[in-house]
Amino acid sequence: MTVAIVDYGSGNLHSAAKAFERAARESGHDQPILVTSDPDTVRRAERVVLPGVGAFADCRRGLDAVPGMVEALDETVRRGGRPFLGICVGMQLMAERGREYQVTQGLGWIAGEVDRITPADPNLKIPHMGWNTLNARRLHPLLEGIPTGPDGLHAYFVHSYELKAQHEDDLVAQADYGGALTAIVGRDSMVGTQFHPEKSQRLGLALIANFLKWKP
Amino acid sequence: MFKVRVIPCLDVKDGRVVKGVKFVDLVDAGDPVQAAIAYDAAGADELTFLDITASHENRGIILDVVRRTAEACFMPVTVGGGVRTVDDIRALLRAGADKVSINTAAVKDRSFVKAAAEKFGDQCIVVAIDAKRVSSPGEPGRWEIFTHGGRHPTGIDAVDYAREVVGLGAGEILLTSMDRDGTKQGFDIALTRAIADAVTVPVVASGGVGSLDHLVDGVRDGHASAVLAASIFHFGEYTIRQAKEYMAQAGLPMRLDG
Repeated sequence: MTVAIVDYGSGNLHSAAKAFERAARESGHDQPILVTSDPDTVRRAERVVLPGVGAFADCRRGLDAVPGMVEALDETVRRGGRPFLGICVGMQLMAERGREYQVTQGLGWIAGEVDRITPADPNLKIPHMGWNTLNARRLHPLLEGIPTGPDGLHAYFVHSYELKAQHEDDLVAQADYGGALTAIVGRDSMVGTQFHPEKSQRLGLALIANFLKWKP
Repeated sequence: MFKVRVIPCLDVKDGRVVKGVKFVDLVDAGDPVQAAIAYDAAGADELTFLDITASHENRGIILDVVRRTAEACFMPVTVGGGVRTVDDIRALLRAGADKVSINTAAVKDRSFVKAAAEKFGDQCIVVAIDAKRVSSPGEPGRWEIFTHGGRHPTGIDAVDYAREVVGLGAGEILLTSMDRDGTKQGFDIALTRAIADAVTVPVVASGGVGSLDHLVDGVRDGHASAVLAASIFHFGEYTIRQAKEYMAQAGLPMRLDG
């Protein structure tokens, strides 16, 4: 019964692991958190987390460079139905393809593409960098007990690209930034957050705790 | 709703906070990790470490500071100071930094900004600009890039440079007025506005904060997306929460749940 955080050379795994450890401890769902680049460890894990910092193409290259990892993820998550959380570029990789610098294939778990943010207000800065509230589009176990809406808690975003999901049903929450941005996608046992739960203080630790007890 | 950020900045030398932080009863006021934890609890929106360690052999110390901070604080951290290579950036990101700020190395070699953004994504590459007014009073504002703590002029126009580094992939500009830094007279609003209006990425205003009104001015009049300050927070003049509540009362969108 472990949580595997996939290490494929895309930084920041240390703080992600620590946030998961703390959320696990505080929520009473204590379970070993393993940072791993071993596909078999991913196969044996009860839950899988795919973080990601950087450019889409570079992250995809990094993931491909770990022998057997893409296959292990596909087997464990898409076919095996085990709970999966993608974070930032890890979430974007769930899409069919990314258009950052070049067109790159994603994992193809969520229909849609990752494309540059284009706010309606040209005065808005890109990257969308900082704290924003979430607008839930539908109920999801990961948002249980977390206040959303304009007076809700805040999540920390830092991104210039967003996953544009093709199917309305895959959209769990959005953030308003001169128009609606995709904040959370979800389908079956897989969910992805554009923001960084491991950097989002109260909201983040609550969301991670929800993930750790999620039984899809 | 999207919020304005308030960012305390800690100057770190050889793993210790320069001058110490006096705003709360820390066991060790010189430990940057303890200061970071206190700022995290106080609701800071991000934290910036500026590493001013001079000797090369001690530069690894900041990695340990970042690592220990990331273990204890679930907030975004930017690290700057002495970042010269793609490997420097990789090491800081792997230690747990969310953004890395490049200063002199970008002035010397603009292609470094491009290489860094392509490798790590523009969202984690901050270019720090230290600018000084070179126009005479009464003339339209003109600012130049200075390096080495404001001692070395480069002849490079600050607004042109900001546009250039953003074009190369900088995801944020950390703008410090070398005329105002340490003066407590407030940001150089004309400079902040000139840069913020010239670029598409967020600008963090820095240098000169002495009162809470200065923070409001930086956003409202300087068009900054975030404000960075050191001494008003470190020495307990104001708490982060007081600053954010004051800015909210002035009509700025602030995150008060932190």
